[in-house]
Amino acid sequence: MLKQCEGSHAVAQAVALSRPEVICAYPISPQTHIVEGLGEMVKSGALERCEFINVESEFAALSVAIGASAAGARAYTATASQGLLFMAEAVYNASGLGLPIVMTVANRAIGAPINIWNDHTDSMSMRDAGWIQIFAETNQEALDLHIQAFRIAEELSLPVMVCMDGFILTHAYERVDMPDQAQVDRYLPTYEPRQVLDPSDPVTIGAMVGPEAFAEVRYLAHAKQMQALDLMPQIAEEFKHEFGRDSGGLVKPYRLDDAETVVIALGSVLGTIKDTVDDMREQGEKIGVLGITSFRPFPIKAIRDALEHVKRIVVVEKCFAVGIGGIVTRDVRSAVQSRPQHVYAVIAGLGGRAITKASLHKMLLEAIADKLELMTFLDLDWGIVNRVLEREKKQRRSGPIAEGILRDIGTVASRIS
Amino acid sequence: MEQTVIKFYQTGTFTVGNRLLAPEQRSVQANTQRNNSLNSGHRACQGCGEALGARYAIDAAMEATNGQLIAANATGCLEVFSTPYPETSWQMPWIHSLFGNTAAVATGIAAAMRVKGRDDVRVVAQGGDGGTTDIGFGCLSGMFERNDDVLYICYDNEGYMNTGVQRSSATPPAARTATTMPVGPHPGNVFGQGKNLPLIAMAHEIPYVATATVADLRDLEHKVKTAMSMRGARYIHIFVPCPLGWGAAAHDTIKLARLATESGVFPVFEAERGEVTRVSKIRRRVPIDDYLRLQKRFAHLFGANPDTKTIARLQAMADRNIRRFGLLDQQDSNGDAPAPARETTNLGSV
Amino acid sequence: MFQVRIHGRGGQGVVTGAEMLSIAAFLGGRHAQAFPSFGSERTGAPVVAFCRMDDKEIRLREPIMEPDALIIQDPTLLLQVDVLSGLKKDGYILINTTRTFAELGLGEFVSNFKLDHLLTVPATELAMKHVRRPVPNVPLLGAFAALSGLITLDAVQAAIRQKFRGAVAQGNSDAAREAYDIVIEQKKQAEASHA
Repeated sequence: MLKQCEGSHAVAQAVALSRPEVICAYPISPQTHIVEGLGEMVKSGALERCEFINVESEFAALSVAIGASAAGARAYTATASQGLLFMAEAVYNASGLGLPIVMTVANRAIGAPINIWNDHTDSMSMRDAGWIQIFAETNQEALDLHIQAFRIAEELSLPVMVCMDGFILTHAYERVDMPDQAQVDRYLPTYEPRQVLDPSDPVTIGAMVGPEAFAEVRYLAHAKQMQALDLMPQIAEEFKHEFGRDSGGLVKPYRLDDAETVVIALGSVLGTIKDTVDDMREQGEKIGVLGITSFRPFPIKAIRDALEHVKRIVVVEKCFAVGIGGIVTRDVRSAVQSRPQHVYAVIAGLGGRAITKASLHKMLLEAIADKLELMTFLDLDWGIVNRVLEREKKQRRSGPIAEGILRDIGTVASRIS
Repeated sequence: MEQTVIKFYQTGTFTVGNRLLAPEQRSVQANTQRNNSLNSGHRACQGCGEALGARYAIDAAMEATNGQLIAANATGCLEVFSTPYPETSWQMPWIHSLFGNTAAVATGIAAAMRVKGRDDVRVVAQGGDGGTTDIGFGCLSGMFERNDDVLYICYDNEGYMNTGVQRSSATPPAARTATTMPVGPHPGNVFGQGKNLPLIAMAHEIPYVATATVADLRDLEHKVKTAMSMRGARYIHIFVPCPLGWGAAAHDTIKLARLATESGVFPVFEAERGEVTRVSKIRRRVPIDDYLRLQKRFAHLFGANPDTKTIARLQAMADRNIRRFGLLDQQDSNGDAPAPARETTNLGSV
Repeated sequence: MFQVRIHGRGGQGVVTGAEMLSIAAFLGGRHAQAFPSFGSERTGAPVVAFCRMDDKEIRLREPIMEPDALIIQDPTLLLQVDVLSGLKKDGYILINTTRTFAELGLGEFVSNFKLDHLLTVPATELAMKHVRRPVPNVPLLGAFAALSGLITLDAVQAAIRQKFRGAVAQGNSDAAREAYDIVIEQKKQAEASHA
């Protein structure tokens, strides 16, 4: 059924339809509306056979989910940014134990400096933890991916992180097609655990593994993610069959057929990029888009195949690895290695800075003219940066960087964007 | 039929006493049909107080729940020696959580049982003092506040033993540990205000809080069974000497626990919803020296020039416990004076 | 695509207004996207919210820099924020005020605008009258419906009922209707005087 609602609300509904059994939540912007919605549904009885637990920290939130999942319950939680870091130990624990927990990460920058706005730094910080990481482009995809996530997680016995841009998606009102319970029930069977704490059949979960077997256990985690590369398109295919639309999968090509330049990105910025690419196509540029839905496992083959005849690849990413450069870019480079294709890193949207069609258009024209640097920080104010560096050269007690910059910028409340 | 409560005054074990009791009054461990939840073959040190306490506690919990029990266990000695790869000694469903989240993992297990309509399956969380009073404190407090249906058992050996005897917030003042060495003007652990987890648990007004030691194992079993007869958040704090960490003889474990009780160092009591309901009176009070002398971690207080000031400060802390909890029927500040007529712990329903 | 930018202060229902606008557009069978500027949202601080409407899927996510319509819920912002920034030629400007454009110092700015794209509405007064709260967002939506014809009054009232309950919903609905009627009346008179 079509409805116009906030992204978080759509996600809460989708999670509720997936018959979760234990939901535990700790508030953090911008995920809070999701768990508030679920909490209300449980309390009112709209969501039955579900325990909603208000925990005292994000570390506790994922820990409760771990206990619940290990005891055989379908478990869900949500977090962002600082909260994801606070539960980091449990993040590795959940994937190491192979527990099919689904967690929403409402992508938000990580401090310091503290910042509540969107970028992908949080999810990226956990990219090596062994969770499946999928990124939603729209609120429709966000709600769809949550339903698929429970399927993927439980079939593989691996936890899944559904990433959606904080504020940009979570707090945006848009049209979504909400499935009904019968559809979801047909698509998502009840949870059958591979391992479970059961008094009638006791097992020991979480024992120490020494040098004799650790490598094998870790390899098996990798092998499972490789299985996911086959499973996820299948799950998406079945989703299309049941719900009637394309959602999920590994990558999403757009106007790639004769493209010489391809823009790669994750998440909601793909919408703005597609509009930009349409404009440029009208001007005769041979340009296309490849959206990455599954970031972990990283679909090397799918990306490599999609980019076979392309001259240059521009990766627009909302994160970067301090001290070296683009994160997604490096993974893309490894997918197209040994090919003479330029791969450009464009770091954009950090801390919620708007990514505009105008800026993208200008940058892409530079890329097409092969005038783009290998790594670009889109819309960076070099004046500010240079003034800080100057100030630091002049005096030792140069003060907190952020304070200095903010004084430079002046009042932000009077700005539009 | 006339019923008599039999009181026992003994040193050593209660083994002899079992033969004189009706079967239902005997300890769980005396029963050959006991679950052996922590089965033999684990790698605990000789004389490990924690292994002794855990064995009694978990078997008692298993009996009280008809074997419908799931355990979550913090990182620490118990977790490590009970699951030496590739073996496990646990004869029940058991999960190693992390170090600081055992209470939360237990909450999750309890929630899963509730949602699946398995009211009969109960949950126990176990951790050492480090995992409970320090790194696990936040999750523990959260579990208490929500009154989750979990029994949390803390095995208190007063330090981070598994990692090589470092100081925790449960380490007593003046004690030597690897991070509070007996050097300098204030050797050993600092004199702070301590961190009394049982009192903190009581401040959360949870249904049941109790302390116990491995010197009175039947009392420990009784308290675990009492706890399992209730729902909601429950906490049992067990004093478990660590021969290695304390520098004590392996055969002195139970003796040390008894001396800790009889000197007032470790008050043994029960509380419900924030109020103390029962206290184990000291039968024969001993001065704290008797307790301290058996442990090398306090050796620097003795010798040619004993640190009488510090020993007096420790004695004063024990005196305060005695006053505060009413551990003696007659208050006397002289640590050597014998106490008059006393009560023992209740041996259970007759 | 039609882009509306709403300016106001925290507590004036700017974000809710944008959301209701998007619901009204949705009920009219169109695609709509609404989102706030995500600044600090303390009461009184300048707040911006955006709403896009289109007949096809809206993919663009950037803030609205070139609005087709501006709704200004608090005219004091004219002194503080560049609310008029990027407004398209012949765009709509709808201001919550009892004063005229000229009195607000905008006479010159709007001198080349189509008269029937400019509107002032005493939205706060209408809100006080019907809902007894100085939250002008709903009357402005009713006025916008009449001004632009892009959404219907029925759709606005349905959107109100999705967001509010009971007496508040009814009061808001009445406020929207009165604002709508005022604008329709103004338009009729303008047409008559031009005839």
